[in-house]
Amino acid sequence: MNIARKIVLRFPPRLVDQPIIYRLVKDYDLQFNILKASITPNEEGILVVELSGKKKDYDEAIRFLAGAGVEVQALIKDVARLEDRCTHCGACVTMCPVGALVVNTQTRQVDFLESKCIACGLCIKPCPVRAMEVRL
Amino acid sequence: MTKTIAEINEKIAKGQAVVVTAEEVIDIAKKKGVARAAQEIDVVTTGTFGPMCSSGAYFNLGHAKPRMKIGGGTAYLNNVPAYTGFAAVDIFLGATAMPDDDPRNKIHPGDFPYGGGHVIEELVAGKDVRLVATSYGTDCYPRRKVETLINLKSINEAVLFNVRNAYQNYNIAVNLSDRTIYTYMGVLKPHLGNATYSTAGQLSPLFNDPLYKTIGIGTKIFLGGGTGYVAWQGTQHNPNVVRTDKGVPKRGAGTLAVIGDLKQMKPRWLVGTSFIGYGCTMTVGIGVPIPILSEEILMYTTVKDEEIFAPIVDYSDAYPQRRPDILGEIDYAQLKSGKIKVQGKDVPTASLSSYARAVEISNILKDWIKKGEFLLTQPVAPLPGPESGITFKPMPDRPFEKID
Ligand code: SF4
Ligand code: SF4
Repeated sequence: MNIARKIVLRFPPRLVDQPIIYRLVKDYDLQFNILKASITPNEEGILVVELSGKKKDYDEAIRFLAGAGVEVQALIKDVARLEDRCTHCGACVTMCPVGALVVNTQTRQVDFLESKCIACGLCIKPCPVRAMEVRL
Repeated sequence: MTKTIAEINEKIAKGQAVVVTAEEVIDIAKKKGVARAAQEIDVVTTGTFGPMCSSGAYFNLGHAKPRMKIGGGTAYLNNVPAYTGFAAVDIFLGATAMPDDDPRNKIHPGDFPYGGGHVIEELVAGKDVRLVATSYGTDCYPRRKVETLINLKSINEAVLFNVRNAYQNYNIAVNLSDRTIYTYMGVLKPHLGNATYSTAGQLSPLFNDPLYKTIGIGTKIFLGGGTGYVAWQGTQHNPNVVRTDKGVPKRGAGTLAVIGDLKQMKPRWLVGTSFIGYGCTMTVGIGVPIPILSEEILMYTTVKDEEIFAPIVDYSDAYPQRRPDILGEIDYAQLKSGKIKVQGKDVPTASLSSYARAVEISNILKDWIKKGEFLLTQPVAPLPGPESGITFKPMPDRPFEKID
């Protein structure tokens, strides 16, 4: 059976320069399509990919990724901010890997740039008042 | 030039007081000079809005029929346990209390979705809250269990009483280890991946009165969207730390214990808060008016972010092990620029306290005073200053013999 899944992969710093994606193709015969990427050397890397191939290969590949220390997460459809709840503290700005949450130096408020957001979900739990919300 | 609080209050009552925020005063003093600014300005308003764990509220629930002695029994508000060691129907709910069945950090990092701060927020929002209490029964208080809805209108007193708020300065938290850590200073990424801080800097109340010359016991303040008072110095009040030549502490120093009627507060300014992997708390809004009694007092209020320094502390090792080492000092202007340098590395910064909301508080308080709705109070006693000799004591381990 063939499947195609969109997932978020978080690479810890030690894995950022490893040829992991290459192994997915070579060892597991999967096809991949990079939807979004954010990688800084020596820091965390985030990849949003669509993987497709045989279900058995896909499951094994996910096991390989988890075993290698990559965090795998299903892609959330949409992340929204509860505007009434957000206190504009700024705790989220260093959580977002793509700069979709930024302090506006004029207003001192935190702007949420929805068009940049890759719905990785990394800001949700770190928001102290839980103003970032998953919309399924 | 000197003024008294009574003279300032006369002007406030007539709607003639000149009131500016602690942010606005910086430019005014620069343009006009300290002497003229001190003559013209009557009050400078400050503000801060951040997570403050030593917060809570006490309630008098009213008496059930038949009567019940909740004192010495148990009481839960929306499943969150309250302290019952008082008379029959007085209870205290702390901001960090959480349901008995919350898994805490069993699966690390814990989520901590709901606690005492959230209950207080719901009550202030006018919502009904479930009270479940048990007791042992006495001749005069026979009832043993009650399950009922309460809200702020149905109970007698509801008083916010925070034993430590408005910390005068605080650490900048970083993580030198190779794993993400989850702290009360937020999520700290490995290898100096980010730095968090938590004060409003130049707007923060105690930075504008660094030696406690006007703020004292009995000072009326903006508290949680309503009014309250400084009740005492806060716990851990530690005036004896290194200071700049203008008296501004370079470490966590003074604190305030504050009190006020919860029934007139607003949920926008008391917000239930969750720190992943750490626990629940409450974000509290506080604003303190500073009467400009002299040029010296005005000079203190002109403090700006560039002149306020905080220590950088590693929360992966130095902090948990209570080692005093710091990784340097950085001023708030740099912190607010979004990036600081630590050990030669550019580290992005994030604030846990909302500067935008601190500005809003200082403006609300300014409006209240300008309209003559908020008069200043003369403190009945000062807060202990550096001369008090107070120091901040650690807790040594002193084993005791166990008696079976
Ligand atoms: S952490 Fe939450 S409350 Fe703070 S600015 Fe970000 S979304 Fe808003
Ligand atoms: S979900 Fe949050 S952290 Fe992830 S990209 Fe969107 S805003 Fe940034």
